[in-house]
Amino acid sequence: MKKSLLAIALLSIAFGAAAPTLASAKDITLLNVSYDPTRELYQDFNAAFSKYWLTKTGDKVTVKASHGGSGKQARAIVDGLDADVATLALAYDVDQLYDKAKLIPKDWQKRLAHNSSPYTSTIVLLVRKGNPKGIKDWDDLTKPGVSVITPNPKTSGGARWNYLAAWAYAQKKNGGDEVKTKEFIAKLFKNVPVLDTGARGSTTTFVERGIGDVLIAWENEAFLAQKELGQKDGGKSKYEIVVPSVSILAEPPVTVVDKYAKKHGTEAVAKAYLDYLYTEEGQEIAAKNYYRPTLASVAKKYEAQFPKINLVKIDDDFGGWQVAQKKHFSDGGTFDQIYQK
Amino acid sequence: MSIITATDTIAKSQYSHYNNKVAISRATSEPAFVRRLLISIVLLFLGVFLIVPLLAVFTEALRHGFATYFAAISDANALAAMKLTLIAALIAVPLNVVFGVSAAWAIAKFEFKGKSILITLIDLPFAVSPVIAGLIYILIFGMQGWFGSYLFDHDIKIIFAIPGIVLATIFVTFPFVARELIPLMQAQGKDEEEAGLVLGASGWQILWRITYPNIKWGLLYGVILTNARAMGEFGAVSAVSGHIIGMTNTLPLHVEILYADHQLAAAFAVASLLALLAIVTLILKTFIEWRVAQNAIHNESI
Repeated sequence: MKKSLLAIALLSIAFGAAAPTLASAKDITLLNVSYDPTRELYQDFNAAFSKYWLTKTGDKVTVKASHGGSGKQARAIVDGLDADVATLALAYDVDQLYDKAKLIPKDWQKRLAHNSSPYTSTIVLLVRKGNPKGIKDWDDLTKPGVSVITPNPKTSGGARWNYLAAWAYAQKKNGGDEVKTKEFIAKLFKNVPVLDTGARGSTTTFVERGIGDVLIAWENEAFLAQKELGQKDGGKSKYEIVVPSVSILAEPPVTVVDKYAKKHGTEAVAKAYLDYLYTEEGQEIAAKNYYRPTLASVAKKYEAQFPKINLVKIDDDFGGWQVAQKKHFSDGGTFDQIYQK
Repeated sequence: MSIITATDTIAKSQYSHYNNKVAISRATSEPAFVRRLLISIVLLFLGVFLIVPLLAVFTEALRHGFATYFAAISDANALAAMKLTLIAALIAVPLNVVFGVSAAWAIAKFEFKGKSILITLIDLPFAVSPVIAGLIYILIFGMQGWFGSYLFDHDIKIIFAIPGIVLATIFVTFPFVARELIPLMQAQGKDEEEAGLVLGASGWQILWRITYPNIKWGLLYGVILTNARAMGEFGAVSAVSGHIIGMTNTLPLHVEILYADHQLAAAFAVASLLALLAIVTLILKTFIEWRVAQNAIHNESI
């Protein structure tokens, strides 16, 4: 009798202790501040992660998103847009979070695999159906009468990758001659009628407004335009992707924004959110949204989807983002030099 | 001098056979074809720059039928944007009424030093680009700004949250009520208020029984303009919004996001709400102008 009473008492204590943990199934909100063309990717991914996290922990996670030009988004985070995670277009923009506001540690990029880039992409050319201007490679973009659409490298991360891809090609072609390379880029930018502030703006200019013969674009954005937008109004796509002979390996990095996440008490969830990008499910979602997966098994599965391109790397060929940014895109850099002519 | 007289006599002799009426109508109006040309230019201009774009908004919005239209405006993110827009307007408009009436009252009824500076300050939001207005708040309340670390330590969010959006909205709409009331109150003078004071009315009585009835229609006009601008403001709000989908997007920002998402029909559906707001505003404005004119006639007949 006494024993059973004791058992009941113990049980009730156990349940009493368990009850708060059951009741503490939390509603968590994460804010992911990202760059322009990732809207569709993160719409899919956020839904998948919420589901995963609910089954794993019982907590309900709502992921809020903000999209815009990568440089602009970095600036907003520095100014106090309290993102739990930042998923931007290039490492230099994430570096700003350390340089300007010490929101993250200096060695942030070493915290996750593949330079903190769970997926990669590259830069390709998108032309109108039938390729009426016969564009095959970067060379054709400098020809007179060809209208080229690319965003502004000062504000857009994608535009900086575009610029460096063209630069890499010109440098190879001219045997490393910098003067000739610059001339090539200057000629290319003479053919650019509009500089939008973000990659998505340029796609809209090319697709919805019908301006330009060729769009220099993120591979994922080009696929999206070709497969989904091009077919909207009946059957066949109105666009074709032209794969250039040389392009650049674009590594859009992700990071937990430590200072804000710590304040929100969301460090663990934020980290799990980024880790989930590296899992098979996360990689599948990336691949389905036309980002190149880094996980070998998923990469193999989607091998046929992505064309093989000779890709240069920012760290090997340009000495990393800090150097490239200073040389090309800071005030007085090569972009200013060629664009002011 | 002599030349003028000469032409005068020529003119007189030339047109002397016309009667006076014709001469006047000749002097005040152009030949028929000129009049028609000018009128059609104006109509064409209005059509191309105002009516066609307005129609385009509604045709684009309804291109894929009413189902898509209602889906777009009842989408959770669109509803959140509407809610935020209404909140911003509901806070900004009453505050601007209080500020505007107080400022107009002080300026129109009293003489004091620095009055012209106050008037200039009230006009400042008209002169400053709205984007700058937004950036001002980032410089003050942003993490790198004056109060950034204090606000962060005390867990107060201003920019990239609702307070920032409200502040930016108040800033850009600040002049509307005051600008509407100052000339009106100045024209009315302060005789009636002084009479009330002499007869022993309290300050509140003077405000409610004398000042308020006199400025009622002008105030309403100012409120409508303030409201329209508060709901339609883009630049200032965009700078402080942070563009968090479903949280800090107002209707105009939501339109931009939908457009960038290649959801044209949805973008125009939401845009059509703003266009409707504009049309309602214009109708109300016309009605009030008509009422004011009626009042004026009524007053004169007394």
